Order: sequence, then C-alpha cells, then structure tokens
Amino acid sequence: MKCASEFRARGITDALLRELAATVDRPLRIMEVCGTHTVSIFRSGLRSLVPEKLELISGPGCPVCVTPAGHVDAFVQAARKEDVIVATFGDLIRVPGSDGSLAEAGSEGATVEVVYSPMDALALAQNNPEKTIFFPAVGFETTAPTIAATILEANRLKIENFCIFAGCKIMPPPLVALMSDPMLNVDGLLCPGHVSAIIGADAYKPLAEKYHLPCAVAGFEPADIVAGLISLARQVVAGQARVENCYTRVVSDEGNSRARELMYTVFTEEDTQWRGLGLIAGSGLGLRRKFARFDAINKLQLDLKPVPEPKGCRCGEILQGHLLPPACPLYGRTCTPSRPIGPCMVSSEGTCAAYYRFSGDKHSVY
Amino acid sequence: MCLAIPMRVKEIKNIFGELADPQVAVVDADGMEKEVRLDLADRIPEIGDYVIVHAGFAIHTLTEQEALINLQLMREMAAALPPDSEETP
Ligand code: SF4
Repeated sequence: MKCASEFRARGITDALLRELAATVDRPLRIMEVCGTHTVSIFRSGLRSLVPEKLELISGPGCPVCVTPAGHVDAFVQAARKEDVIVATFGDLIRVPGSDGSLAEAGSEGATVEVVYSPMDALALAQNNPEKTIFFPAVGFETTAPTIAATILEANRLKIENFCIFAGCKIMPPPLVALMSDPMLNVDGLLCPGHVSAIIGADAYKPLAEKYHLPCAVAGFEPADIVAGLISLARQVVAGQARVENCYTRVVSDEGNSRARELMYTVFTEEDTQWRGLGLIAGSGLGLRRKFARFDAINKLQLDLKPVPEPKGCRCGEILQGHLLPPACPLYGRTCTPSRPIGPCMVSSEGTCAAYYRFSGDKHSVY
Repeated sequence: MCLAIPMRVKEIKNIFGELADPQVAVVDADGMEKEVRLDLADRIPEIGDYVIVHAGFAIHTLTEQEALINLQLMREMAAALPPDSEETP
C-alpha cells in the first residue's frame, strides 16, 4: 500500500509531535493497554520525544503476561503427557510456571512446535492422527475469534485429536477493574488497535462515561500513537471524556460483528484469573458445552491449581501501571530477556522486555 | 503481536476448490505469497483490496481510499503542519 509509508513519514509524525507539545499544558498520565503499542512506543523512541509532562504507563495488554503461573503449569503438564504434541504461539514457550516452561519440557523430550496460526495446529492434528495436539489458547478479542474459527473447522472436519486450553480473555472487564482503582490516577486511555477492530470503538463508551476517562483508539505507527495522544490531551484540556477513533482505517464504531459472532458461537464468558489483577468476573472465554470435547482440561486430565507467582517478581504491579520495570529489584540483575523470571520479561510484548531492549535503563534502581 | 501492515489481495479462492469450503485470500507479504483465511473478515475483499491479518486470518478489509481518509484525519490533527512539508510528494 503506497500510503502505508506515508503513515511512517517523518513529516507527519514530527508535525503531530509539535501539535502534541503545544497541547499538553499540565502533567498527564496516559495508559496504553496493548502490548503492540508498548513495543512500538519503545522501539520508535516516542517516550523521549513526547513532552516531559506526559507520562506513558503500560497496562495489562500483553496476553502472555497476564496468563497466571497456574495456567502455564497446566500447559507444561500437557506437554509431558505421552503422545501429546504442543502447538503454541512462540511467545508462550519460555514463560516459566512453578515447574518449568514449555521450552524446558521440550528439552526434556516433550514435542513442542511453534505455530503462527491456530489453523497450523489443526493441520498438525490432521497430519499426526496417532498423537493428540494441544493448543494453549491465550489472547484477547483479536486472537479468540481465530481460535473459535479453528474449533468450528475441527468440528466440521470431525477432528478428534485436537484440544485447547481455553485461556482467552476479553479486555473491557479488566479495564473497568483498573479504572475503579483509586490509586491508579490515569488521565486517559490509549485503547488497543486490533482488539478494537473486533469489539469496536463504541465498546469503550461506558468506560469514558462512568469514569470520565478520555479514550482514544490508535493504530501502531508512531504517527498513529501520537495522534491518539493528541486526542487524549485535547480532551483533558477541554474537560471532556469521549471515545475518539484515530484508527478509522481498521476500526469502526461497531467493530467486526462477524468475528464476534463466531467467537461467541464457540466461547462463553466466564470468570477467570489474571496474573497481577486476580479473579475478574466475566473476563474469560470458556468453551461452550457443545464444544466441550475440545477442552484439554478434561481430555488430558490436567490438574489446574493456583500457584504463587515467581518470588520477587513485580509483574503484578507493573501490569497495573503502579511500577516501572527498574523498580523491580530483580530487573537487569537476575531477570533479563535471556534468563527471564517473570512473564513481563519473556514476551516480546512484555513491559519489562520492551524496557530492557529499548530504554537505556538496564539496571534496577535498587 | 499484531501485524499492522495491510496486505494486498491478489486472488480469492476456496480452500479445496469446492464452493461450500471456507475462502482464502492470496496476499502479498514482503514479496511472498501467503494464504489467509477469510472466515472472520468483516467484508469479503475484492482483488486489489487490503486486509489486516492476525494469526493467519483476515480480521478487517479496507480499500486504499479508507487508509487515505485516515491519513487526512491525522493531517488535520497536526494543525501545525506547514503546507509544503517534506511528506507531500
Ligand atoms: S523484571 Fe523480571 S522479575 Fe521483575 S517484574 Fe519484570 S519480569 Fe518480573
């Protein structure tokens, strides 16, 4: 697309940055809740280009990071079963549970394959009829419909040696939980790009109204993000709280109803545990009874127990926007991207990993 | 990780060549041809449209025109943009 490069042109980003600087007239705390935003903000160096008064904090927008250690333990259990092949998104593979990671299970002899799409996992099932393919399904509203479509395809083709751990989550409930936290003090919310493509910009309206919280949906180019920040700063200055859609090329007000319909054909909302945020009512996507035979917990007899998070890891507070990574005593010392202790350092979208890779800060303040 | 780059649709086909089968679009990704499923597309693309792809599925279809409108929106936001800045070709 010719104009794709225009979104990246210095001319537009620089002009937007000047406009942002002219708009921000007071200290502002903006939270982004999308791991891809977090990475884009760090990689493009935006943190040092925005006005000093503007503080950018990351929220619970990395699906791997909010997956509780107890779920990771269940994935590892599945990997260690006879005749099971784990097919997983790459980001999950090095996340430590209380008893190792999928990567470790792999080095001990388990078969762990990285796939790019859940459909690739289903193809593995077709090609390995004597094995059971286990797909740990984590992700938000963007990923959940792709998994739902895969389950429907498995159902249609009557594939029986395929199962998932239904660990997908939806975004609005944790945002409500975060915004009702009086300690958080966020002035505006940079809403996720592709989650919004599915749920629609209007999904944030209740949040904007109830908490008087300016919201802006933004894409992933630096210019997109700065446009989102301008929208938020302008709303704060004007004393308004609306949902502004700055990513109209991908996100509509009503979202993608076809994807949502597929998602809710297969899944139903249930309470689920978030790392760092605890149990949040109605925030998880469990398999509907009709598709229960694809549920790995029953099929592989997985034992799901709550386990403590890694000792000393402050991911919980980081995911809630209370701390920045260098405030964790383990940051850069025992916890680095090559030897991660918590999920926020493993996932390429994790705040600790982005901080470590792209900021000059490689050491804990302790 | 979300892939933000729209990919251009070169061809639409049925997976196993039968009408009732799910459709796929052949897209251009970094000079390589790739098939993406259209089960979730909000609009079935036409050849020449663009799709946003997530985990092998098209989740949104757009025309080049729609992207240009978005660019215009951003230009309007940047009120400070001088009329003959370097980003105009
Ligand atoms: S630096 Fe490591 S241990 Fe500390 S919060 Fe981040 S991931 Fe957890």
